[in-house]
This record gives sequence, C-alpha cells and structure tokens, in this order.
Amino acid sequence: MKQTLFIFLIVSGFASCMQSPSDQVLPILGERDISPAGDTVYPTIPDFSFVDQDSQTVTNATFAGKIYVADFFFIHCPTICPKVKKNGLRIYEKYKNDDRVALLSHSIDIRNDTVAALKRHAEKLGIDAKHWRLVTGDHDEIYGIADNYFSVATEDPDVPGGFDHSGRLILVDKNRHVRSFCDGTNAAEVDRFMKDMDLLLAEQFPK
Amino acid sequence: MTKIKHLGAVSGLFALFLVAACQPNPYKEGERLYKVNCSNCHMDHGEGLHALIPPLAGADYLKNNRDQLPCLVIHGIHDTIVVNGKVYAEQMPGVESLSEIQVANILNFINTSWGNQNQPFMIEEVRTLLKKC
Ligand code: HEC
Repeated sequence: MKQTLFIFLIVSGFASCMQSPSDQVLPILGERDISPAGDTVYPTIPDFSFVDQDSQTVTNATFAGKIYVADFFFIHCPTICPKVKKNGLRIYEKYKNDDRVALLSHSIDIRNDTVAALKRHAEKLGIDAKHWRLVTGDHDEIYGIADNYFSVATEDPDVPGGFDHSGRLILVDKNRHVRSFCDGTNAAEVDRFMKDMDLLLAEQFPK
Repeated sequence: MTKIKHLGAVSGLFALFLVAACQPNPYKEGERLYKVNCSNCHMDHGEGLHALIPPLAGADYLKNNRDQLPCLVIHGIHDTIVVNGKVYAEQMPGVESLSEIQVANILNFINTSWGNQNQPFMIEEVRTLLKKC
C-alpha cells in the first residue's frame, strides 16, 4: 500500500513535468475556414489603431516582428484587475529587456481612462510604454476587437464597477494569430503561460 | 522496524510543519472574507501593488488610524493617505453589506497576519466606531 502511494507520487511528479515538452508547438486558436482555393484560413487579429499613455498611435505595425500579450482592463476596477496587473508585471519584468516581446492592455472605460489617466496609471505601475502599452480608443473598436482576442468586454451596470470583462491574458504571434491564453488572476496559470511564450519565441525566432 | 520509526519521525515533522503553517490564522472566517472582498486588490499576502494599492502587511496605517478602520471597510476611502512613508491618492470602494461581526473578523485577520501584531477588535468596539462614521 505504501509502495503504491510512493509510485503514485513519482508518476504524478513526472506527469506534471510532462505537460509542456520542449518540442511542443502551440496550436493556432480559433475556428478555421477553408478558402475557395482550398487553403486553411486561420482567424487573425484585424487592423486596429489606438492611442497609448504617451499619446502615441498604436497599430498592428507597432507589434510587427514581435509577439505580444493582450488584455482588457479599466483603472477603477474593483475586482480582478489588480491581480491581472500584478501577473502582467511578472511578465513585464521577465521580458522588459527583450524587444521581441510587448504587452498591450486595452482600457474598456473610454470615458474615465483618458490618455492622462493612463499615463498616471503607467507611472504608478512603474512601466515603460515601449514594452507595455496601455491604450484607449474608439468605443466600438475596443469592444469589437475583444472578440478577436476571445475575451469578454461588455458594459454592465449590474456588475461591480460597471464593466464585465474576463481577466484573460492572450498571446499573439508575429502573424497576428492567437496562440495561447490564461486566466490572468491565477499565478500558476501565468507560469504555464510564460512557458508558452518561450515556446513561441523559440518557434518564431529560430537561432 | 527502523523503517516504521523513520516514517513516524517523518510524519511527526510533517504534522509540526502543518501546525506551524496553520498557526497565524486563528481568524478563519476573517481569512475567508478577506479572500472574497479584499485580496483582489491588497493581494494574497497583503503586499498591495506598487504605488496603486497600499500594503496591509506591516502597514503603519493600521496602528496610526485604528479607530477609522471599521468605517474604512464599510464605506471605502478616497483620500490622500500615507502608508509606511509612501503617499497614496487613490480610491477604494467599501463593502456596505458586511455585518459588524464580519468587519471585526476581517480586521482581526489583517491585524494578526503577515507579521502584523496589532491589537484585535471586539464586536462592541466595532459597533461603537461604526456609529460615528
Ligand atoms: C478595488 C481595490 C480595493 C479593494 C477591493 C479593497 N481595497 Fe483597501 N485600499 C485600496 C486602495 C486603492 C487604498 C488607498 C486609498 C486612498 O489612497 O485613499 C486602500 C486602502 C486601504 C487601507 C488603508 C491603507 C493601508 O494600506 O493600511 C486599509 C486598512 C484597507 N484598504 C483595507 C481593506 C480591506 C479590509 C478590504 C476588504 C474589505 C479592502 N481594503 C478592499 C484598494 C482596495
């Protein structure tokens, strides 16, 4: 009986290491289509244009040749945002000297989260716009693009703070494909997510 | 026989570890309420978040402003405050649905966790302070 338990512990120890073998390739997420010519077409992040905490325009071109982590938040969020930001900071700290990686946080509170407010927020988080953009923009464009990132963003007067949104972190590759995501409030999931980021870097920036 | 002794020693150590790990939390209900209502912002170990959210672990504010704490939990705070020498001019929503007992439990959990050793609140005291909000 003791022996069985021991073996079980060993096996489960190994199993937990095996979840991300290094030769694994991350899938492209989302529903694929077949084009008239018969090619498989994967969903991509559409064109966008937002403004960041330094009043700089941020478009897809900002992330050309990079992988990036996207999320949705608002400054006066009484619920999950601080935890997501805390985990976002872990990602920021790990990759802040790596120009192949960036972060992009969309505010869904267009009215209150002005560029000046985003600037203050960024300063209090101690982050640099070159690596972590906090953006605002056209209401419909922001709420619309949340769908492309498989995230929820809706205005809902019945939830605390007035906005309903998922605390997801979404990993986008160089080709605008979504490759991974995690619950940004959960530190263990974010650990796994950072392993996915390393896998994607190895795939898209071969030595 | 030696194996069994060995096992006994190991499980003894393990039990000790469990006791040690559980010790700082005599306020189980307070801990649960903290997780639900406060930990999203002040974090699991009361560490806060940079210049945005002040810490509760080791916070001098808890001692210096003890009498304000019950009202702060119920009604929130939107002020310029100093915590451990750092200025915060942020805003925190209150949780008006908490009962007096729940407020006392949360505050007592905070006051005795993460190295904090502040005097606990009695229900009577919380009730009196809340009347003055
Ligand atoms: C939405 C985020 C948020 C939540 C939820 C929250 N707080 Fe706060 N808390 C803050 C912020 C921000 C401040 C600083 C307010 C200011 O600058 O006026 C603060 C200040 C405090 C302070 C005084 C400063 C310090 O760090 O000692 C205490 C005590 C406190 N909160 C306790 C709690 C308790 C207890 C709960 C749960 C019932 C809670 N907070 C829930 C954000 C939050």
